[in-house]
Amino acid sequence: MSLPQILFLVVGVITLGAAVAVVTSRNVLHSAFLLALTFFGVAVLYVLLDTPYLAAAQVLVYIGAISVLIIFAIMLSRKVAAPDLVQRNSQWLLSLIVAVLLFGVLAYLTLQTAWPAAKQALGVDAIGGLGEAFVGTYALPFEVVSVVLLVALVGAIIIARER
Amino acid sequence: MQDNYGFLGLYLLIAIAFPFVALGVAYLLRPKRPAPVKSSTYECGLETIGETWVQFKAQYYLYALVFVVFDVETVFLYPWAVAYNRLGLFALVEALIFVGILVAGLAYAWRKGALRWM
Amino acid sequence: MDWIDTLLIPAIKAIVVTFGLLLGFAYMTLAERKICARFQLRYGPNQAGPFGIFQPIADALKAIFKEEVVPEHVDKWLYVLCPVLAMVPAILAFAVIPVGRPFVLAGRTITLQLADINVGLLYPMAVAGLGAYGIVLGGWSSNNNYSLLGALRTTAQIISYELPMALSLVALVIVTGTLRMSGIVEYQAALPLIVLQPIGFLIYFICGLAETNRSPFDFPETENELISGYNTEYGGIKFALFFMAEYINMIVVSALVATLFLGGWQGPILPGWLWFFIKTAVMLFVFVWVRASLPRARYDKLMHFCWKFLTPLAVVNLLVTAAVVLILRG
Repeated sequence: MSLPQILFLVVGVITLGAAVAVVTSRNVLHSAFLLALTFFGVAVLYVLLDTPYLAAAQVLVYIGAISVLIIFAIMLSRKVAAPDLVQRNSQWLLSLIVAVLLFGVLAYLTLQTAWPAAKQALGVDAIGGLGEAFVGTYALPFEVVSVVLLVALVGAIIIARER
Repeated sequence: MQDNYGFLGLYLLIAIAFPFVALGVAYLLRPKRPAPVKSSTYECGLETIGETWVQFKAQYYLYALVFVVFDVETVFLYPWAVAYNRLGLFALVEALIFVGILVAGLAYAWRKGALRWM
Repeated sequence: MDWIDTLLIPAIKAIVVTFGLLLGFAYMTLAERKICARFQLRYGPNQAGPFGIFQPIADALKAIFKEEVVPEHVDKWLYVLCPVLAMVPAILAFAVIPVGRPFVLAGRTITLQLADINVGLLYPMAVAGLGAYGIVLGGWSSNNNYSLLGALRTTAQIISYELPMALSLVALVIVTGTLRMSGIVEYQAALPLIVLQPIGFLIYFICGLAETNRSPFDFPETENELISGYNTEYGGIKFALFFMAEYINMIVVSALVATLFLGGWQGPILPGWLWFFIKTAVMLFVFVWVRASLPRARYDKLMHFCWKFLTPLAVVNLLVTAAVVLILRG
């Protein structure tokens, strides 16, 4: 095994461990912190897979913004901010089944897909290529992203201000 | 290319080691004389009123929410900016629409008072 | 590429940079106290050695030998982890900054930069995002009203100011066409980018003040209302680590301004590393100058300034830059 492969395994195990700890921790804020750690592990995996831009985006968006949002949300809700929360409710069995099924579907699809792009080596200027794709092939999805973001923003403000 | 990330990993190890060494050295050298009053909350000498882990105002959350949306926007804009020199007028028009829609969102948040600190 | 290139040289660089930052931190505290004292017609520290040059050593010894008081109500794990969590990203962020012209030693080209990655420009911003966790969790784990309030304010401030900062850098990338730090410095061989991006420079620098929690944006440390904010319950070496993180962040932001807008190590006559050092030192002096001159802003004004002035300005700057680049190209 080469060094990158060993690193991939080690980081993968740490990421999975952190992910398991997210759902088993009895303190919600610890969970949020461990979730950020999980995101970081995924970012390192992206680097090992030679897609640094995705890694940077992962850290900027998921750790720098979304996890902070989650931490704020926890601090805003009086009941869950206190330590020692009971994290099981009557639906745990149902959610376990759904989670296992979802994992099965995703794993199946991952193994079945041919992944055509993975066989070509990335060019020197992968980020510029991404930008060209935004303007060329994927111009419409690029604009749709901004509409989706707008909808998310408006919806969030309406919900947040309606208390 | 990958090598440079290896260097970063090496640097990460050294960067993590340093604060732990500092903590460890201080742990070995400092005096330890615990007392109950010493370990109470420092709050102008008064007892804390109420729980600390209580609810905070929603304003923080709203800012974080608006931030998430715009953070995703900038992540999309960087590749566009890198390629901009090779692209034509269409790239500018596209970015105008992209940014324009989000600026409309910012204007909406502004009008609805989501950006007002209360 | 043999082991000298892949292991020995990077390890030496990493150790030199880490200790360089620590030395920079130590003497930045002294320089700040000296300069602030001069602004206020005082002498500043002058007892430890000539001109007080041993003052940082005395401070370090004090921090190490101070008895630690861990309040009984804290969240122990996070409480100990947070100073480390604030410190590590501060050191890490420096990795992509080129400090001088590459040179040849014994047939090997050595770049004065730890890692020249193709997302170099995004890296310090991503890492700075990690640093916010040290503060917010440090304040939370202290279980003290003032600490938590300070931590929340700081985090809200840091994420808010990250937005205009990122947008001002998009405009910079439109001009340079690369995210690679070495490429951005090369681009400035003839003309530093501050000439082409004056508004971007101003936005970036103001955001830099806010990101490092410096005056007039030093809300985490409003001693009059929050008794020092998120680090109230910290003492000794843990407090010192938070303090170090803030100063190293300041050095990193100054070095970034020097690299991105002032031409980095490019400059006539003098060697590259000296130019880099001078430019960074000038920016650090401006940091202290601002602190000595401006009063602290009010928190609501700070947030309004960011969201209702800086962010729209950064968007306009971005679009105007894009349009001008297109027109000039014809």
